[in-house]
Amino acid sequence: MSWLLSLPILIPFIAGVAAFLLKDGPGGRWASVLGSCAMLVASAALMTTVLAEGVVAGQMGGWPAPFGITLVADYLSAVMVVITAITAVAVSIYAMADVEARIARLGYHALFQVLIAGVAGAFLTGDLFNLYVWFEVMLIASFGLLVMGGSKEQIDGGVKYVALNLVSTILFLTGIGLLYGMTGTLNMADLAVTVPTLENQGLVTVVAMMFMVAFGVKAAVFPLFFWLPAAYHTPAFSTSAVFAGLLTKVGVYALMRMFTLVFVGDISFTHEILLWVACFTMVTGVLGAAAQNDFRKILSFHIVSQIGYMILGLALMTPLAIVGAVFYLVHHIIVKANLFLVAGVAQKIAGSTELKKIGGLYAFAPLLALLFLVPAFSLAGFPPLSGFWAKFILVRAALEDGHGFVAFVALAVGALTIFSMTKIWAEAFWSPHPENQEPKLSQLEPRPRRALLLPIAGLAVLTCIIGLFPEPFVQFAEGSAAQLLDSSAYVEAVLGVQG
Amino acid sequence: MEVLLSCLVGVLVAAAIYLMLSRDLLRFLFGLILISNAANLAIFASGRLITGAPPLIEEGQDFPMGEVANALPQALVLTAIVIGFGLFAFALTLTLRAYRSLGTLDTDEMRVAEPKDPT
Repeated sequence: MSWLLSLPILIPFIAGVAAFLLKDGPGGRWASVLGSCAMLVASAALMTTVLAEGVVAGQMGGWPAPFGITLVADYLSAVMVVITAITAVAVSIYAMADVEARIARLGYHALFQVLIAGVAGAFLTGDLFNLYVWFEVMLIASFGLLVMGGSKEQIDGGVKYVALNLVSTILFLTGIGLLYGMTGTLNMADLAVTVPTLENQGLVTVVAMMFMVAFGVKAAVFPLFFWLPAAYHTPAFSTSAVFAGLLTKVGVYALMRMFTLVFVGDISFTHEILLWVACFTMVTGVLGAAAQNDFRKILSFHIVSQIGYMILGLALMTPLAIVGAVFYLVHHIIVKANLFLVAGVAQKIAGSTELKKIGGLYAFAPLLALLFLVPAFSLAGFPPLSGFWAKFILVRAALEDGHGFVAFVALAVGALTIFSMTKIWAEAFWSPHPENQEPKLSQLEPRPRRALLLPIAGLAVLTCIIGLFPEPFVQFAEGSAAQLLDSSAYVEAVLGVQG
Repeated sequence: MEVLLSCLVGVLVAAAIYLMLSRDLLRFLFGLILISNAANLAIFASGRLITGAPPLIEEGQDFPMGEVANALPQALVLTAIVIGFGLFAFALTLTLRAYRSLGTLDTDEMRVAEPKDPT
């Protein structure tokens, strides 16, 4: 069992080493693609096991929990690892054509795989300090990817990204230290058992707030999101896409894990804060997007706004709301990564990401226009695409819980999302190119064209599948929500299994 | 001893925050070192301090006799120091690079990625 759990982490690491050794030739990018595909197979195997057996846990090095490091996969972890692998496959194929040879020689593909390993590790670990280590693996890889190329914009965005993320890391570390001081354990399942028995629950809430702020920075929630729109529009498009899809979602995952498993003692206080945070995150994100005029900057602000929906699901803490949050998490990763990939193709054929400087994509590249429409409408929540169901479940959960105002905010933000997507559509696709260029897909060489369009089409098809056949996905999310709200299976799987 | 360490952590954090509020990126970095060391000390202190009792297990025993020092926080702190060192080295290099390519370390003037009036 330990092997199955550690494979989704080991494979990208091995692929990263191979990609680094082969970085001077085409072998590097192929190592990255192969590694991602192998990881997808491994995570699918893990998923089948989790579906068959429920929560799966393995003790690394044979030390029994809570003394050793535990890897755990419940429904949520398993689906996050699968979706990470899908994103990794899509982006690594896209990166074959997107990343310049100069940057590939610096070890781009190797760092990419290390990033994926860090993300998978963060999703699978059952130990708080180990989570910190995976955060750091992810962080250092993302620093490298972000500034690779070294343009002025990248350095500028990188400074803000690095500074704020380091502060959040230190806060996280301090929180870990204090929690350890109170409980004497770092195993999450053991914490779930120990924390409710503590006498000083006030102190637990204080530490909970430290975790909330630390993960809040990672998840880019209001008012801690400023590093995101400063940095996400500067690096290579494949970097933007993988960051947009996965990095903030690790923060959301960590929040969901800790605030359903460990910090559930004072829900009326902590989750009330989360509810307000969610509303402000949705609104500021979407308003920020409305003020921008650059393809990628608009999308960056929309990440912030969409994070609000996921936090909303967590904050309501009803079974239906958690279903919505899990569904939203999965749908969002696919759609958001895809939109950044589309932005990359638009830039390559039309010459810029600034909406004022491009146009005519609908007339000359109708296929790209179609491939933009699917994720864009899904993001805004048009039926029958995946985003519609995600928003529908969350709004219904808010109404059932008596939060009419919150439901109204969620719907209004959805409407403003349509406004931003229409802006991109009108400026980049409908209006003619300001310099009368003809941005055709045939400008690209056939091989890079395939590498760029294949992942976009694949992710778009996935969005349509989730949208048209939501039933199994919702059922899965329901199972996941049941596991999150009743931690007994998780605790039993971790503490009951020996070596 | 714990009280002394706690006070030290408090002083370090206060100094760190003062430095980190500065617009100068280099001062921010110095603040970052201080606060990361404060975090390490906090972990160390939260493991409870016992002096003069190394966590050694006598031959033939399965666990140490009597009260011994807690070795786990030391392992955690060691990991955190190593990681912190690596990240700090990166941050310092990035700062140097930022100074060379942007010509300033004043964060208010770093507006290349987000220009004041987008055109």
